[in-house]
Amino acid sequence: MHGDEACAEGAIAAGCRFFAGYPITPSTEIAERFAQRMPELGGVFIQMEDELASIAAVLGASAAGARAMTATSGPGLSLMLENLGLGVMLELPCVIVDIQRGAPSTGLPTMVGQADVMQARWGSHGNYSIIAYAPWSPQEAFDLTVLCFNMADRFRTPVVLLGDEVIGHMMERVVIPPAEQLPRWERKRPTTPPPTAGPYRAFEPDPDDLVPPLPHAGEGYRVHFTGLTHDERGYPDMSGEAHHVLVTRLNEKIDRHVEEITRLEDYGLEDARIVVVSFGCTARSARRAVREARARGIPVGLLRLVSLWPFPEAVLRELAQRVDTFIVAEMNLGQVRLEVERCSGRPAVGVHHAGGEMIHPEQILQAILRSAGR
Amino acid sequence: MTQAIVVDSHPLDQILRADRMPHIFCPGCGIGIAMRCYAQALLESGIPQQRHVVVSGIGCTGRVAGYIAIDSYHTTHGRAIPFATGLKLANPNLMVTVFSGDGDLAAIGGNHLIHAARRNVDIKVICVNNFNYGMTGGQCAPTTPLGAIATTAPYGNPEQPFNLPYLLVAAGAGYVSRWTTLHVRQLKQDILRCFARPGFTFIEVLSACPVGFGKSNSIADGLEELQLYRERCVIADGVPLEEMGIDLRENRPIYIGNFIDRDLPVYHPVSLTT
Repeated sequence: MHGDEACAEGAIAAGCRFFAGYPITPSTEIAERFAQRMPELGGVFIQMEDELASIAAVLGASAAGARAMTATSGPGLSLMLENLGLGVMLELPCVIVDIQRGAPSTGLPTMVGQADVMQARWGSHGNYSIIAYAPWSPQEAFDLTVLCFNMADRFRTPVVLLGDEVIGHMMERVVIPPAEQLPRWERKRPTTPPPTAGPYRAFEPDPDDLVPPLPHAGEGYRVHFTGLTHDERGYPDMSGEAHHVLVTRLNEKIDRHVEEITRLEDYGLEDARIVVVSFGCTARSARRAVREARARGIPVGLLRLVSLWPFPEAVLRELAQRVDTFIVAEMNLGQVRLEVERCSGRPAVGVHHAGGEMIHPEQILQAILRSAGR
Repeated sequence: MTQAIVVDSHPLDQILRADRMPHIFCPGCGIGIAMRCYAQALLESGIPQQRHVVVSGIGCTGRVAGYIAIDSYHTTHGRAIPFATGLKLANPNLMVTVFSGDGDLAAIGGNHLIHAARRNVDIKVICVNNFNYGMTGGQCAPTTPLGAIATTAPYGNPEQPFNLPYLLVAAGAGYVSRWTTLHVRQLKQDILRCFARPGFTFIEVLSACPVGFGKSNSIADGLEELQLYRERCVIADGVPLEEMGIDLRENRPIYIGNFIDRDLPVYHPVSLTT
C-alpha cells in the first residue's frame, strides 16, 4: 500500500475512531481511506468545511474520549495552528498529519516538500513544545502513526506526523502486525470519582511526569477547559505567575522526556568522521550516498531523524565531540541545518533544495566527497 | 447611599460555578439573563447534568461556559461549533449546547455556523446578539445595524448587518427562534424544546450591551433597552424571514418567536455496523 493509506491504517490499528478532515493534495488519500474504513468499524469520518473546523472537531472528539486525527498538507496546517495551540493549552491528545508539499503558499500542490519543519515546531503563537515524527517509508508511516497516538496519550498533547508527498504516494510493502502485538499506551485517567464538593482538578499534574489525568466529557467530573491561562481546576487565572507556572509545565512535560520521545536511526556512525543528518524521503537518498561513500573508504555515517521534535540536542552535542563535519540533507533551505549548527556549535554543510523534486543521492555524495577532501 | 447585597445561596447554585462569582458581565448586560435561562433549562430538562456539555467561543458570551457547573469547554474564537460537533459525534449520548456571541458565531465562525445548519448536526446553538464586540470594547459586529456607531465605525457603520434567522433558515437549519433577554420564560421554554428535538437548533437572544453598544447609540442603559424590547417586540406570525432584520434605532417592530420548526434528516456518521 502507499504511505497515505499506511498512515490511515496505522491510525486505525492504533484505535483511532474519529477522523475529521478537509481534502488537500497530497494527503487526501488518508481522508478517503478513513471514509471507506470508519463505517465498517463503527467510527466517525466527517468531512468538515475547512481545516479550522477539522482540528476543532478533532479536539472536541478527544475531549469526549476518542483517539482522533486529522490529515492535511502545509496550507491546511497553517490554518490549524491556532487550534494546535488550543490542544496544547487544553492538553487534549490528538494526531495531526502533514503530508508536506512544495511551499510556501499554494506552492507545488502535487509535488514533494520538507519545508514545514519549523512550522510544525513554532507555528502556533506562544512558547510550547511539540512532538513530531517523520516517516521515510510507507511501513514507517504505519508504525509512526501508531507511535504518534501513543505519545499523544502518554503526554496529553497534540503530536504531528510530518510526512511528505514522496512517502505519501510511494507504494511499498507494509506489514501490519496483529493488533495484540501493537504497543498501546493509554491516556492517564482520573483514579478518583468526581468530587462531591468543589471542582475536580483536571490540570493538577502528576508530580512524576507533569502529565495530569484526563477526564472525558460526560463522566460527571464537571470539568472546565479554557484556552485562557488557568489554574489546576481549569479556572481562568489572569496573573503572570499562573501563566508562568502553566506554560513552563506544558513545555517541561515534553522537554523532560526527550529521550523517551526521541527515535533515531544510525547507519555507520560508529567510525564516522563525517555525519549526514537527514529525514523523511531525503534520508533515502542520503542512505544511498552514505553507502556509496563508505564503499569508497570514507568514514561517513547517517543519522536519520525519525523524530524531529523535540530536537535530539544531546545526541548532536555528543556526536560533535567526535566527528569533523555535519552534512544536512533536506528539501528546504536549511531548517534542520540551523538546528544541527545550534547543537553542534559549528557550521554544517547543507545539501538543500526548495522542493518539487527529490534530492539525488549524487548531490549528497558530492558533498561527502568534498568534505572528505576527495 | 448604596449597600452591597450579599446572599449566601442562589437557586441555581447546583448548576452554576458559584466559586467563580462575581462574573465579568457589566451592569445592564443581558448575558447573565440568557445564561440564567439556559441554567434553568438545564435543571428542568430531565436530562442528567452529567450528559449536558456546553461549548463557547471567545467574547463576553463565550465566558458563559466558565460559569456553568457541567462539563464546559471555552475554545478559540469562532470554533465552538466544530469543537461541539466533535464532542457530539464522538459521544452521541451527550447533549451539546454551543453558547456564544454574534461576533464569534456569525463573523469569525460564520462558515461553521452555516455548515453546521446545513449538516444538521445534533447540537443546540444559543447565540447572544448584542450588536457589537463587547469584550474588546464596542467594535462593529456582523450584526451592527447600518449607520450605528461603534469604535471602528465612528461615523456610522457603512455595512449591512446579518439577519440571522434568515441566514440560518437559508443555510438549512431545522429550528430557528429569536427571543430577547426580556422574554425569559419563552427563552427557557424554547431551550427546552431544543433539547427535546433532534438536530441542529438555533436561538438568537437579543441582549443589551449598554457599555459597548448602547451608550454610543442613544440607548442609555440596560433597562432602557429592555423597555425598547417591551414596546417593539412582536411575535412574528407569517412575517417573511427577509423582514426579520433589526435596527434598534428605527421605530419598527422587532420580530421574535419561533420562525421555523421543520423535520430534516439529522446528521449521523455513516455506519455499516449494526
